[in-house]
Amino acid sequence: MSQLAVLLGVFALFSVLGANTVDNLGRLGITVGFGYLDHPANFEIGESLVAYTSGDSYARALGVGILNTALVSIIGCLLATLLGVALGIGRLSANLLISRAVQLYVEVIRNTPLLLQLFFWSATIHALPGPRQAFEPLTGVFLTNRGLYMPALAMDGAAVFSLLLLGGGALAGVVRILVHERRHGPMERAAKTALLGAVAVLLLGVLALCLGGAVSVEPPRLGGFNITGGWVLSPEFLALLVGLVINASAVICEIVRSGIEAVPEGQWEAARSLGLTRGRTLRLVVLPQALRVVIPLMTSSYLSLTKNSSLAVAIGFPDLVSVVNTSANQTGHVFEAIALMMAVYLTISLTVSAALNFYNHRLSLGR
Amino acid sequence: MVKQLKKIAFKAQAAGLAAALALCGLGFSSSAEAGETLDAIKARGVIKIGVGGNSPGFSAPDSAGRWQGFFIDIGRALAVTVFNDPEKAEFVNSSPQQRLPALQSGEFDILLSGVTQTITRATKLGFHFGPVVFYDGQGLLVPKKLGITKGSELDGATVCVQTGTTGELNIADFFRQHKISFKPVVIEESNEFLKAFASGRCDVLTQDSSDLAIRRTLLPNAADYVLLPERISKEPLAPAIRYGDDRWLEIVNWTVYALIEAEELGITQATIDSFLGSDNPSIRRFLGVDPSLAEATGLDAKFAYNIIKALGNYGEVFERSVGKASKLGFERGYNQPWTQGGLLYSPPFR
Repeated sequence: MSQLAVLLGVFALFSVLGANTVDNLGRLGITVGFGYLDHPANFEIGESLVAYTSGDSYARALGVGILNTALVSIIGCLLATLLGVALGIGRLSANLLISRAVQLYVEVIRNTPLLLQLFFWSATIHALPGPRQAFEPLTGVFLTNRGLYMPALAMDGAAVFSLLLLGGGALAGVVRILVHERRHGPMERAAKTALLGAVAVLLLGVLALCLGGAVSVEPPRLGGFNITGGWVLSPEFLALLVGLVINASAVICEIVRSGIEAVPEGQWEAARSLGLTRGRTLRLVVLPQALRVVIPLMTSSYLSLTKNSSLAVAIGFPDLVSVVNTSANQTGHVFEAIALMMAVYLTISLTVSAALNFYNHRLSLGR
Repeated sequence: MVKQLKKIAFKAQAAGLAAALALCGLGFSSSAEAGETLDAIKARGVIKIGVGGNSPGFSAPDSAGRWQGFFIDIGRALAVTVFNDPEKAEFVNSSPQQRLPALQSGEFDILLSGVTQTITRATKLGFHFGPVVFYDGQGLLVPKKLGITKGSELDGATVCVQTGTTGELNIADFFRQHKISFKPVVIEESNEFLKAFASGRCDVLTQDSSDLAIRRTLLPNAADYVLLPERISKEPLAPAIRYGDDRWLEIVNWTVYALIEAEELGITQATIDSFLGSDNPSIRRFLGVDPSLAEATGLDAKFAYNIIKALGNYGEVFERSVGKASKLGFERGYNQPWTQGGLLYSPPFR
């Protein structure tokens, strides 16, 4: 009952605040509403996953921002997890050199502000040579202060189709193995090899098929002001990604280390007495148990990585915050812009935490 | 460095929060301040003026930490009109992205930081503009070695733009008009913005041309860069205030007009006292020798005299801060009295 009263109170407070704000904005001649989202945005966005030109609507510009934020966050979380887990294991290595090096890394990264690190990466990438003097570590791969250029694969519809088919087949094979192992325990090594082999042969066969002209490689070339063609990762994206991954990996390293250390010593001893090697013990005995400790903490590092990506505005990557700031500045719809931004970040956060909570629940004992 | 970083971190991470707070401030404070900006200034004893941080020539602290520049002098002229004391002006640094919400939320009484007067800002965003104090246009700064002579040759170029300005829209319009493409790199923080250009991340730096002239002096090899002659937009820079205080707006208007009128009448800081004995009625009225204007306007009869005595006329302010003799070396261009072919025109002091 009292909870209901509090809820109503909060609701009333927000209504009063909201009405007051709308009222005051109205008096200043500012109308509140999302109608402006249909209007042409009239500003360009440097990079976009979907087609966008300055004549497109604010809604589309916002979509571009959301996708950019999502892209850097998703890739960032994946890479940070891989790097973080490797570092966490390295931190516990019996080799003192590795363990101390990781410790140093973690201390340096965790004790400096992320923004400073982003500026550092941004400056490092800007210090690369310009397009005309591009650094070419591999043929067709250019590393310049305009970004990382790689040859792009150009393929026709049939090739795309067969590649999708292949990917699907490979995925089905792996899932098949996983499901089998879950139900019946480890699969016979021979059966597993046979299955994977079949998938591989299929893969090579179709690959050869589409390499017969359907797929071509488009290398980047120097032309005009810039290198054109190929596939490019912008310096801002790279700087942001590297900065976020390195920053988050230091945190994840500590999470993984604490997770592993939380597994009782007896588990290690028991595994050793069964004759398991250190690597197998880690993989089959310790890590699965450590996961229970690790998952909730990982949730929060994924969330902070996503939110930290908003620092992109300082180094020029057009993420959600950057696009929202520009639209708010140009239209004066600050209130709506902030509301949209809050809604997007809230949705991302709740989705990530719901997914990981679900996973955590499945892992927990006494299910 | 660390202080600056903290500031940027705050700005970037809490851009949302700041704007939200600004809106909260709006909700509570504007009802109390509507029509009372001038009362608040008088009660406080000082005018709070929003300026754009490090723009030597327009607004920047000198080596002694004292604010100097074109906009600063106009701010001090306002303090003379209101308090007869040029020191009763307090300058508050604000980035292009933050300045309009900050003005709206009452952080300062007037914004003098190169804000372009536009219809959207005037009708929809709730800002009144005083007279244009500087006629500017958006320019394009490019490295000499590119061999570019006009903007339409820039197809495919990468352009560094600072966010929160009208420049972001103008550059998109410009490339659309010419049916050529470009890639923007949009950066909020002004040092990073310049660094990106200096390192060759972009081919073009775009901003109001006055601002580009300042940036150029800050580049390591200023001589390697050239400001293209064309201007891709009109940028009339004017003081901005909030809606709701007509009296304050008129004080801003006539303070600026006093500077302009003095130059038209040929009155300078050095010669002003010799004009006190003039028998030209408009000069007598302007300088308050004839006190009839004081009764009509409710302002100090000698407010214009005090302004010119303390700071000089428009031309003097211009020359001292940004003119030929200064580091920026601007031509007067459009910023000349209408009598000399410029756009500066003061309504009559009558």
